[in-house]
Amino acid sequence: MPVFDPNTDPLGYVLIHLLGIVLVVVGVLLSLAFLLLADRKIWAGVQMRKGPNVVGPFGLLQSFADFFKFVFKEIVIPAGADKGVFLLAPLLSFIFAFVMWAAIPFAPEWVVANINVGILYLFAVSSLGVYGIIMGGWASNSKYPFLGSLRSAAQMVSYEVSIGFVIITVILLTAIKLAAAHQGSLVDAMNLQAIASMQQGWFWNWNVFGGGLKHLPMIIVMFPMMVVFFVSFLAETNRPPFDLPEAESELVAGYQVEYSSTPYLLFMIGEYSNIVLMCALMTTLFFGGWSPPYPTTGWFEGWSFLGIDASFWGQLHALVWFCIKTVFWFFMVAMMKAIVPRYRYDQLMRLGWKIFLPTSLVAVAAVAAWGVFAPLG
Amino acid sequence: MPLTAIAFYLLAIVTVVSGFMVITARNPVHSVLYLILCFFSGAGLFVLLGAEFLAMLLVVVYVGAVAVLFLFVVMMLDVDFARLREGYAQYLPLGLVVAAVLLGEMVTVSSAVANRGAAAANATPQAADLHVSNTQSIGQVLYTDYIYFFQAAGIVLLIAMIGAIVLTLRHKPSVRRQKIHEQVGRRRRDAVEVTKVGVGEGISE
Repeated sequence: MPVFDPNTDPLGYVLIHLLGIVLVVVGVLLSLAFLLLADRKIWAGVQMRKGPNVVGPFGLLQSFADFFKFVFKEIVIPAGADKGVFLLAPLLSFIFAFVMWAAIPFAPEWVVANINVGILYLFAVSSLGVYGIIMGGWASNSKYPFLGSLRSAAQMVSYEVSIGFVIITVILLTAIKLAAAHQGSLVDAMNLQAIASMQQGWFWNWNVFGGGLKHLPMIIVMFPMMVVFFVSFLAETNRPPFDLPEAESELVAGYQVEYSSTPYLLFMIGEYSNIVLMCALMTTLFFGGWSPPYPTTGWFEGWSFLGIDASFWGQLHALVWFCIKTVFWFFMVAMMKAIVPRYRYDQLMRLGWKIFLPTSLVAVAAVAAWGVFAPLG
Repeated sequence: MPLTAIAFYLLAIVTVVSGFMVITARNPVHSVLYLILCFFSGAGLFVLLGAEFLAMLLVVVYVGAVAVLFLFVVMMLDVDFARLREGYAQYLPLGLVVAAVLLGEMVTVSSAVANRGAAAANATPQAADLHVSNTQSIGQVLYTDYIYFFQAAGIVLLIAMIGAIVLTLRHKPSVRRQKIHEQVGRRRRDAVEVTKVGVGEGISE
């Protein structure tokens, strides 16, 4: 990718970034279409149904059919609704869901914005996702949507806390590894590319296994933290078994009740984009990001194919591994929906505040203590 | 440079206009939404200054948590907006006095800073440490020079938190609470009994 200096060539700088953004958005949207189908197929498979199988071979084009159905329907705005906020809400949740992909490292050097505090950026924007839901619930001017949005606000604020602490354990671990590699003051441990590249090599360098043989005892801390992160992100994205904001047995469809047509579609795509993003984040934080489970140093050196040099193929190889891991976590999310019954609201709050929060707090202390006292030599 | 300038003017205009809209919007929920927009573009200004850590913290803490709770409270209010606006003008003198005091304070502080800037220009300039990111430099200052203030702020927050819990915690004996340990500790033999029922006999206790 050619590099443009924003000071001397602002137009080229803007264009190259726009190109990258369009590439990522189109790629994410296309994969979402098929992941949505996969979600429904997996769910159907667990319940011994066939799932969508009419549109296209094996129902592969189902998502596109759904898309056109939604777009061609009429937009209904309730009489008492606050029109501006009502339409702004789905837009916001859609935009925030896609803005987050900017910081995700897809492969070495393949990232739209290599932000120094990338993980903090993701955390910040994911905490904004709640606004779409609250605004939608309030602007509908109806009881069920409002109740749903209240629930979701409380739920998302609660689980953000434990997600924050889990992220801090990963940052600390990365900082320890960066310091050991004598790069401590050059790279920020909150940079997602740094987090991913510090997990390169064999799969035991992944953070879920403590991040390297030297840190193997940390598996006692990091593996539970992975589980906490997984459960918390299910709660954060309102996925079953924590989909209380849209619990159909109590609230019809929660904040989505009054939405139809394209605004509903935006809500739905935003929600699924969030889920896939969290899977990608899970991959990056705990499962090595784009790094394959085996060392690839020197694999592509001095090798060229189709007239494109080696570094590109190395990046493509990394991208394939990133996608494999992300899709695996999406499969796990789909299975959770299929096999775990929905939580009661007080159980949800108890899990977040009384179990995950203290556990992750202790884990932060443990990783910090490991960084200070461990015989790393 | 032009890109930075465009970004700055865009963000600055949005900040000022949304700040103005906070006080002029008729609906309090809209006011809070404009306040959120104001915070958000403020964070953008921090990014332009190169203080990305502060920017993200502003979004996480104020936009992501504090403003959500604001919105929460304001949405629950069931106020009559017309009645709220009735005595609007009678607070005008008080508002003007507060505004004048604030303006005076800001002018004093900023002129003091400006004067010190002139004095500092004559002193030896200190080079910024380019090998340290701004997250690290904040950490280095916060946990060394200002550690006592940092700890004191932590204690203040802890006390505020405990105070909030104490104020809202009520033990009503009439309220039945969920007993999680009993629910989890329930076993099959406590809940299910398998019996053979003869025809026409039923089960007697």
